[in-house]
Amino acid sequence: MSILVFAESSEGKFKKVALEVTSYGKKLAEQLDTNLVVVSAFAENTDPLAKHGAERILMGNSDALKTSDVAIWADFIVAAANQENAEVVIIDSSSNGAYVAPLVAAKLQAGFTSNVVALPLSTSPFVVKRNAFSTKAFSKTEIKTSKKVIGLAKNSFGLFESPVQSNVEDFSPDLGVGKIKRTSVDKATDEVSIADAEIIVAGGRGLKSGDNWGMIEDLAEVLGAAKACSKPVSDLGWRPHTEHVGQTGKQAATNLYIAIGISGAIQHLAGVNSSKVKVVINTDEEAPFFKAAEYGIVGDAFEIVPKLVEKLKEFKAENG
Amino acid sequence: MKILVCISSVPDTTSKINFTDNDTKFDTNGVQFVINPHDEYSLTRAMWFKEKQGASLTVVSVGNQSVETTLRKALAIGADDAIRINAEATDGYFVAQQLAAVVKNGNYDLVIAGRESIDYNGGMVPGMLATLLNYNFVNAVTGIEITENKAVVTREIDGGKEVLETELPLVVGSQKGIVREEELRIPNMRGIMMARKKPLNVAEPISAEAATEAQNFEKPAVKSACKMVDNVDELIDLLHNEAKVI
Repeated sequence: MSILVFAESSEGKFKKVALEVTSYGKKLAEQLDTNLVVVSAFAENTDPLAKHGAERILMGNSDALKTSDVAIWADFIVAAANQENAEVVIIDSSSNGAYVAPLVAAKLQAGFTSNVVALPLSTSPFVVKRNAFSTKAFSKTEIKTSKKVIGLAKNSFGLFESPVQSNVEDFSPDLGVGKIKRTSVDKATDEVSIADAEIIVAGGRGLKSGDNWGMIEDLAEVLGAAKACSKPVSDLGWRPHTEHVGQTGKQAATNLYIAIGISGAIQHLAGVNSSKVKVVINTDEEAPFFKAAEYGIVGDAFEIVPKLVEKLKEFKAENG
Repeated sequence: MKILVCISSVPDTTSKINFTDNDTKFDTNGVQFVINPHDEYSLTRAMWFKEKQGASLTVVSVGNQSVETTLRKALAIGADDAIRINAEATDGYFVAQQLAAVVKNGNYDLVIAGRESIDYNGGMVPGMLATLLNYNFVNAVTGIEITENKAVVTREIDGGKEVLETELPLVVGSQKGIVREEELRIPNMRGIMMARKKPLNVAEPISAEAATEAQNFEKPAVKSACKMVDNVDELIDLLHNEAKVI
């Protein structure tokens, strides 16, 4: 028996979510008194995993994995789960993690819960706490099957270091040929994505026009933040749909979310509740977003934001 | 081409979320149920295939009689017929197994399901369904074109999008973006009248076990009041020294 973590790598490196699932897997292995095994592919330096408790690492390198067919990746993870007799498989909630996890669960005939925010409340019965109702509630959900798949919500558990000497094994199970081909990809490589961001700067209809996004860009740049927007802004075409945060857009689970000129409709709040600190800048002191925020400034964004950018530059110069 | 659109009947996005029976059940009192937003986008895209490419369009939902109102709305928007599987949608794996039986029976070429429902947010039904059927699968789909047997699918990825090519039969987990907002259709009177005459077939569920069970719910702790700040210096100080996020 073991706990299996799928640690996704991107261009040979591990993102924070991979270390978060590894941290979670290590703690769960301790809770269940069993071993942690991490499965990954195409990663060169596994030290970050070892630092977070990965004693055994199964590393895939086969050409079969150079596919855009998620079913092949699911087979890869399932092969590792079967080899290691994994009782619980843990997968992150990135766009790839959320893509592959249900397939893994169906192939293992395992119960699956997504958006899990903490270690199991009990292990017999196996009960986890997860976000539901667009983060307006938590659900305590029992996984009733002997094999279980957990989708860990991003930035919910945190990173825990427990350095070990790790043993990396080549892992090359027989895999089929993918039936899905990628013909093009369009990805902003020089910008922080909403998924990876520690800080997000978001603009709403209060900014009056897409032409006024310069100050949002300036603020995002000084903070090393990702840019986001409300639904009306993407519907109006001021900003691309990929920047839409909210119930039907992306989930923002960051440490800091700065909302500028966003009133805070319930659908928008459903996308930002998982962020830890929310700052609201709005002319309307009655804007509902203030009720959901930690810090607020009532005032004109066109005056406040440039000042904030200027002062943050000074702050960054002093504090590095 | 035979298209099946999977519909989840969910509380309207502005609903107050409350629970009853010792916090074990969602309180439906005063709540209006609607087509899950991602499913409504899916249905709208499917209507394009019906009107431009002569596809047939069936909608399906798992639930008790109360979901028929939502299915009738889908028929009023333009689906040809509807299937209700007469069972409580307790768990995503259970729902996927029920839907797989419907797909096998009806031999659908393209199955479109919203990437997640906005109530339980499981996000698992499309992927599980594809796996059970051994169909090709693409998730987070914001665009789809079909030519004969070939599908060109745009998928949202972290920080951008990618274009994929695959073949039918295919399951897609679709989301906002697959149609433009202004393309969404409000059923007109004629549509509503016609929907009453369209077939809404009730099917009994196949034997399947739920793999998970929601035991109870809780609402997040009431957060403390927002700290109002007068100027940006004070804000930067608080973010650095109090919140420790910069």
